[in-house]
Amino acid sequence: MTAPAQLDRPETDEDVTPDRPWITIVWNDPVNLMSYVTFVLMELFGYAREKAEALMLDVHQKGKAVVSNGTREQMEHDVARLHARGLWATVQQD
Amino acid sequence: MRFKRSRRGVEAKLEPVEAAVLAQCAGELLALLGESEEPSGDPLEALVGLPPGQVTTPDDPALARLFPDAYGDDEAAATEFRRYTESDLRAGKRAAATGGLAKLLPLTAAGGKLVLDRDEADAWLSWLNDIRLVLGTRLDITEDTYEDDLDPEDPHWDVMQVYSWLGWLQESLLSCLDPRPSG
Repeated sequence: MTAPAQLDRPETDEDVTPDRPWITIVWNDPVNLMSYVTFVLMELFGYAREKAEALMLDVHQKGKAVVSNGTREQMEHDVARLHARGLWATVQQD
Repeated sequence: MRFKRSRRGVEAKLEPVEAAVLAQCAGELLALLGESEEPSGDPLEALVGLPPGQVTTPDDPALARLFPDAYGDDEAAATEFRRYTESDLRAGKRAAATGGLAKLLPLTAAGGKLVLDRDEADAWLSWLNDIRLVLGTRLDITEDTYEDDLDPEDPHWDVMQVYSWLGWLQESLLSCLDPRPSG
């Protein structure tokens, strides 16, 4: 898992329904420090350290974690802020 | 060099060689990010405010890591997102590295004290992370990479030392900062 193109991404259904919420996913990468990922999740989302660390560990151990959910516009905003901080994040419908 | 908390932010004492290596890192990051994009002069673009520039995933893996696709399974949506966001994202990354370089250049001759306020420390976290992402991509770093595994004869050995040092430095900076929740 060294480059975005090498990650397996989940399949999504073709027929998206508008009332399903959108989610922001952070993906694991081998460069970002665990302490940095925790710090960024606390800063961007206002999460307590325990929650940010739990999400960071999910990213590290399971390869990804859902860090926020809401409207598509909100999720795109979150992804832009995560990209600004160097985290690898994507938007998708739940 | 090691970051310490100070009244207004953080500070660190730099040897000339440390300032020189960091300045080189900031300079290489800026070179990779490219020149700041001027408005194209297109009247429609000026009216609508569409930023110019890249709308497809960069070919360079390091740039692709700095500017990842926001949609993993929807190329059209990823392109649209990139069209609206990449210009600002690039400008933010450039500003952080440019600010870092401006602090470092005066220290490359004789070393000295680096003083960062809290906002500058945040920008340093970001550009140190960005250059680590670039070097990590170039070095093909994986979860199982350890610097001790690399042979000193390896042509990448020097870069690996810099990469490891940058990680240590970023950790040192993080240990001085309390997160400031923004939302």
